[in-house]
Amino acid sequence: MPSSNDWINNPLGVVEEMFVQSNSNPEWEAKVLEYFKGKLKEKQAYSWIPSLNDVPLHYLKPNSLVKFRCLVQDMFDPEFYMGVYETIDPSTKAKVLRFGKYKDVTECGVDLNSRNTVTAERQTFYCVPIPGETLWEAFLNHSHTYARSSQARVVPSTSYIPSRQKRSYEEDDEMDTQPQKQREPHTGGSPQLHANGDSKRQETEAPSGQTTSPSNASSPLDLNFPLPGERGPACLVKVYEDLDSFKLNDMLEVYGILSVNPLLSVLSSLLDPTESMETPEEQRAHDPPASLVPRLHMLHARPLQHNNPLLCMFIYVVSSFMVEMASVRAEFLAYLTHILLGDGLAAEYLLLHLISSVYARRDVLPLGKFTLNLSGCPPNSSFTESLHQVIQELVPCTYRLSMTLHNMNSLRLVPRKDYVANRLVSGALQLARNTSLVLDETRLEQGQLDASGVQNITALGNLISWQKVDYDFNYHQMEFPCNINVFVTSEGRSLLPSDCQVPLQPQVTPPNLEEYLSTVHKAQLTSQINKFRVYLSVAQTLDYSISDEVTKAVEDDFVDMRKDDPQSVSAEDLHRMLVVARLLSLSLGQTSLSREGWMRAKHIDMLRRTRSQPQTTVNGNEP
Amino acid sequence: MSSPTSTPGGRKRNRNDIPATRSTSPPSQRRRGQDSSNADLPAMPTSPATDIASPTVHDTSLFSSPRRSVLPSEVDMSSPLIGARGTPARQRPDLGSVRKAPQVDLHSEPPSADGAVASEPSVGQKLVIWGTDVNVGTCKEKFQRFLQRFIDPTSNEDENAGLDLNEPLYMQKLEEISVVGEPVLNVNCGHVQSFDADLYRQLICYPQEVIPTFDMAVNELFFERFPDSILEHQIQVRPYNALKTRNMRSLNPEDIDQMITISGMVIRTSQLIPEMQEAFFQCQVCAFSTRVEVDRGRIAEPAVCRHCNTTHSLALIHNRSAFSDKQMIKVQESPDDMPAGQTPHTTVVYAHNDLVDKVQPGDRINITGIYRAVPMRENPRQSNVKSVYKTHIDAIHFRKTDEKRLHGLDEEADQKLFTEERVKTLKELAAKPDVYERLSSALAPSIYEHEDIKKGILLQLFGGTRKDFSQTGRGNFRAEVNILLCGDPGTSKSQLLQYVFNLVPRGQYTSGKGSSAVGLTAYVMKDPETKQLVLQTGALVLSDNGICCIDEFDKMSESTRSVLHEVMEQQTLSIAKAGIICQLNARTSVLAAANPVESQWNPKKTTIENIQLPHTLLSRFDLIFLMLDPQDEAYDRRLAHHLVSLYYQSEEQIEEELLDMAVLKDYIAYARTYINPRLNEEASQALIEAYVDMRKIGSGRGMVSAYPRQLESLIRLAEAHAKVRFSDKVETIDVEEAKRLHREALKQSATDPRTGFVDISILTTGMSATARKRKEEVAQALKKMIQSKGKTPAMKYQQLFDDLRGQSEAAITKDMFEEALRALADEDYLTVTGKTVRLL
Repeated sequence: MPSSNDWINNPLGVVEEMFVQSNSNPEWEAKVLEYFKGKLKEKQAYSWIPSLNDVPLHYLKPNSLVKFRCLVQDMFDPEFYMGVYETIDPSTKAKVLRFGKYKDVTECGVDLNSRNTVTAERQTFYCVPIPGETLWEAFLNHSHTYARSSQARVVPSTSYIPSRQKRSYEEDDEMDTQPQKQREPHTGGSPQLHANGDSKRQETEAPSGQTTSPSNASSPLDLNFPLPGERGPACLVKVYEDLDSFKLNDMLEVYGILSVNPLLSVLSSLLDPTESMETPEEQRAHDPPASLVPRLHMLHARPLQHNNPLLCMFIYVVSSFMVEMASVRAEFLAYLTHILLGDGLAAEYLLLHLISSVYARRDVLPLGKFTLNLSGCPPNSSFTESLHQVIQELVPCTYRLSMTLHNMNSLRLVPRKDYVANRLVSGALQLARNTSLVLDETRLEQGQLDASGVQNITALGNLISWQKVDYDFNYHQMEFPCNINVFVTSEGRSLLPSDCQVPLQPQVTPPNLEEYLSTVHKAQLTSQINKFRVYLSVAQTLDYSISDEVTKAVEDDFVDMRKDDPQSVSAEDLHRMLVVARLLSLSLGQTSLSREGWMRAKHIDMLRRTRSQPQTTVNGNEP
Repeated sequence: MSSPTSTPGGRKRNRNDIPATRSTSPPSQRRRGQDSSNADLPAMPTSPATDIASPTVHDTSLFSSPRRSVLPSEVDMSSPLIGARGTPARQRPDLGSVRKAPQVDLHSEPPSADGAVASEPSVGQKLVIWGTDVNVGTCKEKFQRFLQRFIDPTSNEDENAGLDLNEPLYMQKLEEISVVGEPVLNVNCGHVQSFDADLYRQLICYPQEVIPTFDMAVNELFFERFPDSILEHQIQVRPYNALKTRNMRSLNPEDIDQMITISGMVIRTSQLIPEMQEAFFQCQVCAFSTRVEVDRGRIAEPAVCRHCNTTHSLALIHNRSAFSDKQMIKVQESPDDMPAGQTPHTTVVYAHNDLVDKVQPGDRINITGIYRAVPMRENPRQSNVKSVYKTHIDAIHFRKTDEKRLHGLDEEADQKLFTEERVKTLKELAAKPDVYERLSSALAPSIYEHEDIKKGILLQLFGGTRKDFSQTGRGNFRAEVNILLCGDPGTSKSQLLQYVFNLVPRGQYTSGKGSSAVGLTAYVMKDPETKQLVLQTGALVLSDNGICCIDEFDKMSESTRSVLHEVMEQQTLSIAKAGIICQLNARTSVLAAANPVESQWNPKKTTIENIQLPHTLLSRFDLIFLMLDPQDEAYDRRLAHHLVSLYYQSEEQIEEELLDMAVLKDYIAYARTYINPRLNEEASQALIEAYVDMRKIGSGRGMVSAYPRQLESLIRLAEAHAKVRFSDKVETIDVEEAKRLHREALKQSATDPRTGFVDISILTTGMSATARKRKEEVAQALKKMIQSKGKTPAMKYQQLFDDLRGQSEAAITKDMFEEALRALADEDYLTVTGKTVRLL
């Protein structure tokens, strides 16, 4: 059997060995899978494998086992390949049986007429790093898995910090000019953070790689990231098993064999252009140079329910963490209250919003979504931005969409199928589950929305009301359900529908808003922030139920409320209160609704409503 | 027939022919090996088969082709010429390059002695085409028998319209060919299967060999029967509806080189590609010419001129080479076939000869063809190859699934195939007395109560019967039911709309706020590449035969709404833009939702006043429902229970419901396709009575309470209700329910808030009769008052208003006062200028 390190450094060798041993018995495929699955189960095995997310491509050894944390952005057509084929040695005429699985290119001298050829099917997924992944998250993932081992690297002595640049806060990339240094404070406790020269090298690497794209391609390759300004390796993942179990926008951790064979690009350029059925655009999208978009032959994939690395580490302490829930919640609430200028109610609602998640769908109705509209935000200030920075520190994935008129008219929110290149052109709403989307409506000014602007607004409305995005397939639209937490900040009531609107009532009025927020922000200890992060992820994944007894109580309560004043409570309100009650219970770590929980939900809803009473509700924005 | 001598090979070899080569795609060989071992036939000669593998046979056949075939066991597929009288055969690039296939005698061992086989035509020998289990003779005989005998009395394909269903179907089609002269015979594989399952299997597995055999058979038969007919080329058989594969997603390596039928949507078509079939070479020295056929996509350029022996003197003359048409078509999986959450697959299809340009982007088609996988060509300079195959389909037959929309027939007919069990369950369900209630409660279970509204929507989903009066000049009668929901915000109107949109196959969902007239109808666009004008269709046209759900109907702009007038009554859309003038079908039901102008529904106002929509549009809705908060305790309790349970129901219960939705979908599709109820005598009487009654109610109080439009609505609703019962007759109970529902809707929407009576004129003229009467009274009172004041040519507006208010015992609002002034102005009694009123 192969030695312990071989399976990481030379997985193809392992496969080869098994293939030869099997004597063309088709069972070798299952054996290979089992072997790698077993190896990956070993303690710490996950952490030995280098990750494409963190390690620049040129440091990775070709044909070694790597992992990649990604989002399935597009699924290409299935392709047939030679699963097993025979080669003839031109000199000796000896025939050798070989396998084509996990490889892009065959060996020399393929006998195309051999009877032993086995055709098999595989599919290619275009995968991109999880959009909107926050820095702390990427960093933790990196340090968590990386600190220990560096064996698979070509140059084992160097080390790096994540090369992935965060998209800048501004829409234009101003901040790119001042790269890593800014972020270093956050990466505080890194064990190996000396190599600044190294990071500079990475800095220049990605852009230069893009400009020196293939000789015949005039424009730089568009790597099709959902969010503008994102960077990172995109990858063509070749999938062999369980094709149907993968869905678009799934978050995966793929373990596979890295293939950057330069022959790939050579081969495609050598092909007779009239011979191929593809347009040049299509070829560029489906066969980009391997140096830019590496191929990854999947051996194993782990679907990610959440991508909070802290939770992976704390996995066994979740039960003990439950005890702490209430106290962490109190701390967290206090923190949020500070951030929201002393408004406790708004903080409470923001907390509920942050732990909300669509947990089921009933015919068309998504249950559990809780879109929050925080109105009364100071206009023309960086309040939302600062708020977003805070959220960024708390959740694994987030994106702030500044709803300026220009953005609304020009941004591509909804993914669209490009039939010429035969690929799905991504849009900003192609996000992973539980991504926190912050819509900054304070930036919206008066003006004319053009056709695409109207479409974008409609898409946002659909997203909020139904938690779905209608991808544009030119001849028809296709509905993709999603699970995105939308948080709208606005001056007045938002023009977008929302589940719940809370007017902000600041208790303190600091002279310099930004300074105030950053001091509050900095005052938190990293350990505390980490606690909050775990808290959010845990609360989001808890189960929940309502007992018959409480059901009865809720019903009675509803009837009573209606008796007093039928206008005061509608079915819509009951819907919302049920969601609030659910989230409130979960936020306290309770997995079933208690009578007190219900009363409390009713109470804070009442508070909220009395607050928004003066602002008369405008008709027509019901979902 | 089973002896090889009955197939006189290259006797009249057409020069367009391509030499015999076995396709050497490796996948097919692997499959063949497996297939033959699975079949119940004697196993194919295995090890020696390699000896007669393509190259050797191919070589001999090239030599022998001009003469009488030396190898009689070789079948030339290209010339089925018995009695063909010189009608040229036409090459079939759709079948690939295999035209002549070697036959193998299964009983003679070793097969290398196949020359001997022919010399002794022994009894009991069984010749099959190499690599298959197809015996040309038997196959031909079987197919001829099929053509001569096959009868399908239950056929309901529209192509067979006008044919006698009790006569052999395909013989009639051959007769048609002799008359029309279009030498293409489309054969339904389903028919072949029911006639001879083995023949069908062979057709599916070895189309490349079997279809030419069919061609031969049909031409023999045809020219025997119609010896004098002249055709452009020999008849080609085009099988369709192969049941093997229906879905693009399920194509796998097993399907390679087999015949498949898949459905999909055309997304792109290429320019016409001329593909060389035969190259023409001329010697530059002595002008000697020679022809070389294309072999596996390559032309072997002759190095030496056979005439003058000069080397490398031959040049290719393009103008005299033979080309065939070819087109690349990209087909995408149809949205209905796809599992949720995945992107659609695409496939490349090659169309040849007359199939080129048969389909356009956007067409939904069923393609029958042969699935191919071609290895990436080995490059001489490169020893490694990419291990991936290129796949495509060689199209044999296209069938547009939406073609029938032109004929005005229901189109789900052949898309939706119901299994017998399914039909049985559906019929069982239909037989239940409470099927109507059951279905309506299965509709949007997450929305609470509103039983009548759900019933109305259910009837809308079924629709009425389509009637054609175009001969008498009125055109089509609308069969679709239009429904408007109005009511307080937050009464789950939108949710209901979303549900319906997800339920029907051709639903469209738009919001009044987000759509323009253009988005609803159709617009003309210039293709940036071709500079061609293209008609892009909008939501209303796309939902032809479906339901168009329009949310926030009241927020729609005036111009957008005006488009709906035509659609909602005439069911067509007229376009006159950028030189394109046309009328598109838009037989769509409209399900709209509107909010009251004030945030809450004002019960003191009429429907029109509440939603501020033009009555011309409102009268086009068959049913207008109010979704109001009933405000009653028992209701509240049930609602609360319903909502709470919604939030903690278990997974299984949700599963159960999904099943219901599937049944409901099928039920509706089945009823829409197969049930066309007609009114019976009693029902028509009942309808007449109902209408007369409705008119009577109003006439007592001097107003019209029903118009013919209401009668039409009643008929449609009654028909729809009969469809729910799967009944071909509209009976009295249907009329009763239609009446009830119609009355319920009217009660809600057309009740005059002042009198409490149902007054249809609220919807038809926008004002209730009492309101009109009242308006007149006020005007008269005002006039009297002014007259009593004597000779004052000009008065202050405000003062007049105050005076009138003081005089009248009923409260007079400013609106009423202004209306009265306007009425008097119309009478030319006075004019209003700014704040003064002048008498004339």
